[in-house]
Amino acid sequence: MIGLTHYLFVALLVFALGLFCVLTRRNSLGILMGIELILNAANINYLAFARFGPATYDGQIVAIFVIMLAAAEAVVGLAIVLGIYQTFHSIDVEATETLRG
Amino acid sequence: MQLADLVFYLLALLTVGSAAVVAFSRNVVYAAFSLMGTFLGAAGLYVFLAADFVAVVQVLIYVGGILVLMVFAVMLTHRIEDVQVSNRSVGTLPALLVVGAGAAILGYAVVTTPWRTAEPVPAEATTRIIGDLFLGDYLLPFELASVVLLAALIGAVSLSRKELRRE
Repeated sequence: MIGLTHYLFVALLVFALGLFCVLTRRNSLGILMGIELILNAANINYLAFARFGPATYDGQIVAIFVIMLAAAEAVVGLAIVLGIYQTFHSIDVEATETLRG
Repeated sequence: MQLADLVFYLLALLTVGSAAVVAFSRNVVYAAFSLMGTFLGAAGLYVFLAADFVAVVQVLIYVGGILVLMVFAVMLTHRIEDVQVSNRSVGTLPALLVVGAGAAILGYAVVTTPWRTAEPVPAEATTRIIGDLFLGDYLLPFELASVVLLAALIGAVSLSRKELRRE
């Protein structure tokens, strides 16, 4: 029987892979993909707790808000990436060091 | 093993395996496309969790919107001949240590916490309930979300347009 911990472990693995992606990637698009993985892991957790907790739909509402915020974040993030590409002709985050003090 | 359990494990494998390709692939195009596997697998898990509306929203917005944007950005920012080694990783070993330690702590918490789980109620169609909640208890966050989306739209346009300044 599939229980709450199964879903929590799937979300845990996706979160760990997303965090690894954010920490090690030097391509800013790769970092954005890692952030999407982390948000998906959070969504799986929200829906699992909404399913196996008390019978309310608050978790599903929050999941929809997370998806909405992920869309807004992706749009602004990709606009910034394209701006960086026009300025530096690279989206490697190590190429964009001119703000370093 | 029941058929539902088998489908769950297949969906979990699809989700986690595609996420692993996203995290470890050397090619950013492969990473972008395997992100689709993660999103679709997660949508299948949402169906298992009796969240049919959220699953449809996931497919519409993530796969139909965000992923297409990602692939567009990959195509716009890479010269095609660079694609082979376009997604390098640095600091893999320390990151593995940090992520492994964090995952171990989280897994320990998942296993040892006595979750107060209720017996799942029979699944029902959630679209009507979610609509009622959005226009009832969650009306203020719903309206704020539309303002946030408008701000994101204007911000993206003003960030990505060419400057038309008279010199």
